[in-house]
Amino acid sequence: MAVDASTSARGDLILKNLTKSYGDFNAVDDLSLVIPKGSFFALLGPSGCGKTTTLRMVAGLEEPTAGSIFVGETEITDMKPYRRPVNTVFQNYALFPHLSIFENIAFGLRRRGISDAEVKSAVDKVLNLVELPQLATRKPNQLSGGQQQRIAVARAIVNRPALLLLDEPLGALDLKLRRQMQIELKWIQTEIGITFVHVTHDQEEAMTMADTIAVMNKGKIEQMGSPEELYDSPKTAFVANFLGQSNLIPGQVSGNDGNNLIVDLFGTKVSVPKARSSAHGVSVLVGIRPEKFRISPEGKNVSGNVLTGGKVSDVSYIGVSTQYQVEMPWGKELMVFEQNDDDEEMLRKGENVTLSWEPIFTFALDGSENAAAGSH
Amino acid sequence: MASIRGVSAKSFGLKDNKSALPYLLLAPGLVYLAVFFIYPIISLGQMSTKTSSGEIGQYKQSFRFANYVDAFLESKEQFSRSFIYATIATVLALAIAYPLAYAIAFKSGRWKNVLLVLIVAPFFTSFLLRTIAWKQILGEEGPVIKVLRGLHIISPQTTLTATSFAVVTGLAYNFLPFMTLPLYASLERIDPRTLEASGDLYANGFTTFRKVTLPLSMPGVVAGTLLTFIPAAGDYINAAILGSPSNKMLGNVIDARFFKIVDYPTAAALSFTLMAAILILVTVYIRKAGTEELV
Repeated sequence: MAVDASTSARGDLILKNLTKSYGDFNAVDDLSLVIPKGSFFALLGPSGCGKTTTLRMVAGLEEPTAGSIFVGETEITDMKPYRRPVNTVFQNYALFPHLSIFENIAFGLRRRGISDAEVKSAVDKVLNLVELPQLATRKPNQLSGGQQQRIAVARAIVNRPALLLLDEPLGALDLKLRRQMQIELKWIQTEIGITFVHVTHDQEEAMTMADTIAVMNKGKIEQMGSPEELYDSPKTAFVANFLGQSNLIPGQVSGNDGNNLIVDLFGTKVSVPKARSSAHGVSVLVGIRPEKFRISPEGKNVSGNVLTGGKVSDVSYIGVSTQYQVEMPWGKELMVFEQNDDDEEMLRKGENVTLSWEPIFTFALDGSENAAAGSH
Repeated sequence: MASIRGVSAKSFGLKDNKSALPYLLLAPGLVYLAVFFIYPIISLGQMSTKTSSGEIGQYKQSFRFANYVDAFLESKEQFSRSFIYATIATVLALAIAYPLAYAIAFKSGRWKNVLLVLIVAPFFTSFLLRTIAWKQILGEEGPVIKVLRGLHIISPQTTLTATSFAVVTGLAYNFLPFMTLPLYASLERIDPRTLEASGDLYANGFTTFRKVTLPLSMPGVVAGTLLTFIPAAGDYINAAILGSPSNKMLGNVIDARFFKIVDYPTAAALSFTLMAAILILVTVYIRKAGTEELV
């Protein structure tokens, strides 16, 4: 048998200047990316951001307009899908309705001419891995959504690809099942050590599972990093708003004291760690996550960065926390999440409040960013 | 709970309506079938064992089952021809319709509806007219024979009309929509992602067709071949218009016995034999194709 990339190629997935255009619209725009071997990588972005198109180009289901794709040393850009060392878990699973679960999983192995005995042992093993050995003789339409999802994963990983692509695999499941599958998928990935590339629009899903997340917007990568990095130090307003929620307040840098920038926010001075600032000039957007604020009745003694003169304009109690909308003197509202972990009384609508937070929880974006980008 | 259920069932009369409704809906169809199918079948069955009472067109019941043997022996040639022609025409129609239906289902894009209308378009003219048109197409002045002769594929003496070729191609042509539409319906239902998944799992185009597309379109293949084979086996118009006396099918014999010779018992016996033969063949075919195993 000739040397076949579908079994031999191993290593990092490398995308070089990958572009996909439809007319003059660039679905994927000059994308370059290295996904290390063995990692759990998430491509996160709103629908239409080009994440699925990127995935389909790696799978060989779309042809790139420009650029190249490598797995390790092997270029796969123009390879037919069936020759690539890549398997895909499709949205809605795309199981073969006419074949039993066993034959669904065995499909890839049989195409590669593996002996019946080996097929049997490999399929049995992977059915045990996804904990559904009793379903081998069933047909896909006799399975629940969650079971079909696991079979779709089993059908792909049984081939031991260099790369497993997951295209919104949990989108069709209900919330509870989705949580459970997130944990299971992560466990499977750790167990078998294959590189997973997971496409999703669900930021929580990406953060739960992935080692590295690339946030995509309009065909480009906005920012890439670990979930903590992206959450704590977003570099763009889009990332700050798409990954969780952020309060972005425009200000001017007025000086610095060693490790901190001093920023003037409508007359109040706050400090921002230099390490968490991506601003180029004097004009900045100061970012604070809603849960980092402490909210106190006006006049109470507070420390850290302080913003006074707020007025509660809305309160919603949601169990673990209480969410406040606070109207600031400059006319904009800030979002505050307060854990319900003490016996402090809930603040009422219309009450005057002071907001404070630890300076280390502050980040700063360049002032040219659009504060509303990526908001939900 | 029990009382609530009792009240609602009683006050709305739900239970009664539920049990009567299906029968009410079935009634028109059942009456129609009883009058126009069951009664004629019974009278046909009675006719098939009658014998002549001496006068032309007058028969008396004598339960002569040997009518069947006589009828069959007299026309076994046309009988086997019916099945051979119908089989070849069905295979031919399948060979033409499958790629056609495949192209419409997967490759036609925005032309899909236009193409579907074109498939159905022949139904706007009568079956008879279409068959006569087919005679013109294959005739001495028609385009087909000119091209074939010009290319020296057939000798100048060879004709196409009044041949088994004309009858079989006529059958295939006339029943092509019955083959194409069910094929299209089952191909169109296939999720294109299962085909992508097959490619993703190392199957090339041909293997994907063999292992995924074809098995998933089997319900359409079975339906299409039945809808073509059954009317083709009983057809007599194509053989009458496009064939010669040596291309007659069983339908022509039945037609002649009924309307020309006025030999009703033989015609009835042949009708029954044809019906039984088709029924047996279809049953065997469906068993073999194992449609219940398909989605």
